[in-house]
Amino acid sequence: MRIVIAKPGLDGHDRGAKVVARALRDAGHEVIYTGLRRTPEQIVRTVLDEDADMLGLSSLSGAHAFLFPRVCQLLVEAGCTDVTVFGGGIIPLDERSLLFDSGMRAIFGPGTKMHEMSEFVDAVITRVSSNQPVGVGEGGDWVWSSGE
Amino acid sequence: MKAGIGSGLAESERLPKTIFEQAVSGNRRSLAKLLTAVENGEVSHDLLGLSTRSVDGSVIGVTGAPGVGKSCIIERLLSTWTSNGLKVAVIAVDPSSPLTGGALLGDRVRMESADNNPNVFVRSFATRNQPGGMPNAVVLAADVMRQCGYDVVMIETVGAGQSEIRVVSVADRIVLVEAPLRGDEVQAEKAGVMELADMIVVNKSDLDGSERAASNIMSALELTSNPPPVLLTSAKNSVGIEDLASQLRTLPAKPGAELARARERLLTAWDNALLSREDINEVLDGLAGSENSAQEWVDENLRW
Repeated sequence: MRIVIAKPGLDGHDRGAKVVARALRDAGHEVIYTGLRRTPEQIVRTVLDEDADMLGLSSLSGAHAFLFPRVCQLLVEAGCTDVTVFGGGIIPLDERSLLFDSGMRAIFGPGTKMHEMSEFVDAVITRVSSNQPVGVGEGGDWVWSSGE
Repeated sequence: MKAGIGSGLAESERLPKTIFEQAVSGNRRSLAKLLTAVENGEVSHDLLGLSTRSVDGSVIGVTGAPGVGKSCIIERLLSTWTSNGLKVAVIAVDPSSPLTGGALLGDRVRMESADNNPNVFVRSFATRNQPGGMPNAVVLAADVMRQCGYDVVMIETVGAGQSEIRVVSVADRIVLVEAPLRGDEVQAEKAGVMELADMIVVNKSDLDGSERAASNIMSALELTSNPPPVLLTSAKNSVGIEDLASQLRTLPAKPGAELARARERLLTAWDNALLSREDINEVLDGLAGSENSAQEWVDENLRW
């Protein structure tokens, strides 16, 4: 899979994003890292030009409730409805349903094991190959739960 | 990988030629999808109705050791050229893991234009373990980008050493990027990629030792016929970039490199033919698990 790992907004904490990028690389995927402090528009442009299959958003600044849905909305507007979006960082449990409603398929918090990330990617691949909805604009109510 | 060419597009739009036409008419998403098909080896010049491009200096390979500033120089060239009205595309190559096949593609991090300049298109390529660190698909990718209206295509190689010259098989011109404090003057005398470069850029001119590095290179090249130009730049401070940008537009090919280019093209085609054999995985498993040498396998199995 081609996976973009992005840091939206004013947030300088990228240790987590880099660890996730590394874990996905070691699981055999091609990972494109955007660098820090990207706007939603810049992130969507990267996903578009790189023809990514998946996008991982990382935020530890508290702005996820605005930035993540904004990225999802722009992706759909750009026609990238089939891109699977997931997120990570400091995302309170009671704010996650809003993000799932905007089309995200997984949220990974602190303490997530690296193998869980690649299990999620494998689950996405399985769903794509059986034509089940998994993209940001494809609807359906599937979201990742660990141990699936 | 998601299913084949044009996934995410409507059924009627999936034909490669249709996607190619949309890309030529300026649709970024079609170009991106087409490049995926190119990278996966699903399309060819023939299938797209594209003839092989004639060498005109518009496809420029940028090579050099890791950390000398290749990506930063490319970023500066992107802003200079686009402000002069040009459209520029970049193919940024980073290595795939020989163990897992995965890759971390990070060249965009230093190319801010990649994310917001409408006249720039940057695409990251993993080597996918093709020999020489240069994916075979780069040739067609560059031709497609040229056809889509990009005036210049830059190919950034993986961080390369002294003898990695495969880029000459895909680019019209080669720029070798150097930096100060990378060894004594004997380094500049050694054979290898320096002999094939059409231009040598000593970057980080803001650091001590850069002029000395440039003069070592120049004196080493003095003994060759037709030495390439040597330029000093500081990508960090945008020094020397205007000069580099304008010289690159009219840079002549270094004479005498034709045989080396032909040799690298042949090796690329040969490597590709070998590695795309249907039984390649069995061959590798066999070699990894036995005392048989690769030379024996070649002697027994390859005939020409």
